[in-house]
Amino acid sequence: MWSFSNISDNIHDWLSANFNATWTLIIEMVIAGTLVIGLFAMLGLILVIMERKVSAWMQIRLGPNRVGPKGMLQSMADTIKLMVKEGMTPNGADKIMFNLAPFVAMIVAMLLLAPIAFAENFQLWDLNIGVLYITAVSSIMVISILMAGWASNNKYSLLGAMRSGAQIVSYELSAGLSILAIIVLTGSLQVSEIIESQRNGWWLFKGHIPAIIAFVIFIIAVTAETNRAPFDLAEAESELTAGFHTEYSGMKFALFFLAEYVNVFIVCGLGATIFLGGWMPLHIGNWTGFNNAMDYIPSSLWFFGKTFFLIFVIMWFRWSFPRLRIDQLLNLEWKYLLPISMVNLLLVTLMAIMGWHF
Amino acid sequence: MSVGKYIKDVWGAVRSLGRGMKRTLYYFTHHKEIITQQYPDNRETLNLPERFKGEVVMPHDEKNEHRCTGCQACELACPNGTIKVVTRFDMIDGKKKKAIDKLVYHLELCTMCNLCIEACPSDAIKMAQTFEHSVFDRNKLTKILNNPGSKIMDGVE
Amino acid sequence: MYRETQIIAGSSHPSFAEVGQPGEFIINVGPQHPATHGVLHLVITLSGETIKKVEPHLGYIHRSIEKMCESLSYRQFIYVTSRMDYLSAHINNHACAMCVEKGLQVEIPPRAQVIRVLMDELTRIASHELWWGAMAMDLGAFTPFFHAFRERETINDIMEETCGARLTMNYMVPGGVMQDIHPDFQKRVKEFIQLYKRKVHEYDEMVTGNIIFQNRMKNVGVLSAEDAISYGCTGPTGRGSGVSCDIRKLYPYEIYSTLEFDEVLETGGDSFARYMVRIREMNQSIRIIEQLIDNIPEGEVLTKTKAVLKLPKGEFYTRVETARGELGVYIVSEGGTNPFRIKFRSPGFSNLSVLDHIARGSKIGDLVAMMGTLDLVIPDIDR
Repeated sequence: MWSFSNISDNIHDWLSANFNATWTLIIEMVIAGTLVIGLFAMLGLILVIMERKVSAWMQIRLGPNRVGPKGMLQSMADTIKLMVKEGMTPNGADKIMFNLAPFVAMIVAMLLLAPIAFAENFQLWDLNIGVLYITAVSSIMVISILMAGWASNNKYSLLGAMRSGAQIVSYELSAGLSILAIIVLTGSLQVSEIIESQRNGWWLFKGHIPAIIAFVIFIIAVTAETNRAPFDLAEAESELTAGFHTEYSGMKFALFFLAEYVNVFIVCGLGATIFLGGWMPLHIGNWTGFNNAMDYIPSSLWFFGKTFFLIFVIMWFRWSFPRLRIDQLLNLEWKYLLPISMVNLLLVTLMAIMGWHF
Repeated sequence: MSVGKYIKDVWGAVRSLGRGMKRTLYYFTHHKEIITQQYPDNRETLNLPERFKGEVVMPHDEKNEHRCTGCQACELACPNGTIKVVTRFDMIDGKKKKAIDKLVYHLELCTMCNLCIEACPSDAIKMAQTFEHSVFDRNKLTKILNNPGSKIMDGVE
Repeated sequence: MYRETQIIAGSSHPSFAEVGQPGEFIINVGPQHPATHGVLHLVITLSGETIKKVEPHLGYIHRSIEKMCESLSYRQFIYVTSRMDYLSAHINNHACAMCVEKGLQVEIPPRAQVIRVLMDELTRIASHELWWGAMAMDLGAFTPFFHAFRERETINDIMEETCGARLTMNYMVPGGVMQDIHPDFQKRVKEFIQLYKRKVHEYDEMVTGNIIFQNRMKNVGVLSAEDAISYGCTGPTGRGSGVSCDIRKLYPYEIYSTLEFDEVLETGGDSFARYMVRIREMNQSIRIIEQLIDNIPEGEVLTKTKAVLKLPKGEFYTRVETARGELGVYIVSEGGTNPFRIKFRSPGFSNLSVLDHIARGSKIGDLVAMMGTLDLVIPDIDR
């Protein structure tokens, strides 16, 4: 059957037959790197047009409909515009840091792609601490925002960067705790094992109410972590014009923009992996016929479908809610989400010990 | 704060957010509510009300005649010097008769206040429904309202 | 020239100075900033995220409307006032026309009075609709802005049909209104009322009832009734603090004394109270329109006045309730064809002056919310 894992295996076999082990590895790394960059560009284009269409329909508008069929090439045109624009560096800026910051944001987003399982047996790096790796690396994101805000030598940027520093650091806690709730159930940090443990049902359904609470908290926390509305205080456009990227233009701005979308994709991919079974098809208990029918849908479609559904939910938040204030944002985390997720973690642990879950 | 109130608060908050999300989802799925007008495309079907104040024009009939007597009421009524009436004296039947040479209209100064139309005693000028006035050269916005060679309609004093 | 450059460079003017007290952080919000809805310039002294001082700088859109009016005749100067508070252009024109009528001592026909009130209330709704959308946008919710514009556009279409313009109508003239209403006017207004009633619950779902919104608004920017009076706050800003200041009730003009409507009062004094006043005021305006729309008396719409208007020597003052508060028009006449001196008491100016008082101690995000609830229209403040 046609699948990503078959293709990758065939390529690997062909390369092993024709080259020695070192060259095989090098060529495979080059291919993987190219694919990651390609995926990056594709994600940027798709997610931008998706966001614009979602927002337009929610706002009773038509959205982009001029470039290409149904406006689908609009983000391509925008990219070209951003590429030919001058990427200015302000006079008073710390030039090295200023120019480095978008690349740090970009590199973090790229690193995060490594342990994501896009399809059955199709994963860049199935390291045994995959989930920990994602939570650890994603916190480097805040450094790029702080760098950008500080180096811009702009007061709005600084305020925005400081806000996002406080925000990302605190929301990491509840995101981590809600992931931990599932880790307790699976007993493994390895992405492939987490997915494997959901062969008989997704954790969202198997874990009873605690898993649902963990899922809701996870979605809220990652929305905040990726600086999306209603938690977009770092770039709160009505307060701080554009926050940490006020001074950025051209491709440097585009990198921040892209990194935001890729981050959204990754956290949604992570959410899909942990709570919704990653590439695992929807299986319900003993309905063999139904389960077999579901197996015919390719695993990559399952993964991308779930991920894009979660992305849609996050976009839906963005276009429905007003923004929180900074103290309310921190209150929400420290007074509501963190206590709830701690109690929830206890419940899940109890559940795991007693074996109450399916 | 009691635990019961805490849970009630959280539930109330989630409910209020849910209502908002339901509303946006309604519009996301109901595309017939879209109100966008695709302007340059719908130019043919664009229906401007007849009172729309777009530009001052002077209607001429098929004999190239207008109704302007050159009384300068519009010039006096205009708050910002948009209209200049340049008159000349024609010799008709041995009598000197006042007539307009040019009615200069500065569209770039006009605020479409309608005062000149109200002031005109002979209904010589009216508002047109055009609104696409942008040009590359501002001199093009200075218009002469009467057609070349036009003269006053018979019977209009 | 040199001195001007210095001011722009920011060294000579004290409040532009970069150094504040230790631990203070001074940022300039505006003159170009998404939250100021125009060219208002606020110099904010911050301590972290907390506001210590707000200093509004005015004059970026000062067009000297009052001085301009002195060189225009009594018919001509009314159109300029549309450009003050452009969101309640009709009401501004109404105030000026009424002041001139007071000087001329002409009665305007009953039909014109009803039309004027109808137009005023439609304008009030349109203005509040725009405010509602812009206010939600200040708080980061974009979607309500477009939804508000759907209803507002309907009113603008009605205006366009009858007055010929969507924003700066110049429809009220001394002696009545410029033209009779369009034959479709009543039908279109009824359609609008139906649309409004069908959609008004969405305002509650999307903004008013939203927990995030309520937390952003409640107990933020509290203005006590005493302060509201001493700062001269009128309109929804004053009524949100429990100050009864609706000119339509206190000093009824035109036919307002015969109409049934409530003066909307909230006692909270916070941003949410000001918000609720406007939302409830829209419903009251709908109520007024419903009373009048089927009862427009027949007859003339314009009293015959002289071709050249001359006010007798003296001073004339009228006030009306615009969407933002009390607008006063004060004309000093020397008996000529032009006003000797005109002064507008604009509601926005007084309402803005309270910003520093209510913003101290709150966060930057709150400042934006407060500016939203004050409903500032900068051309109205600068004139």
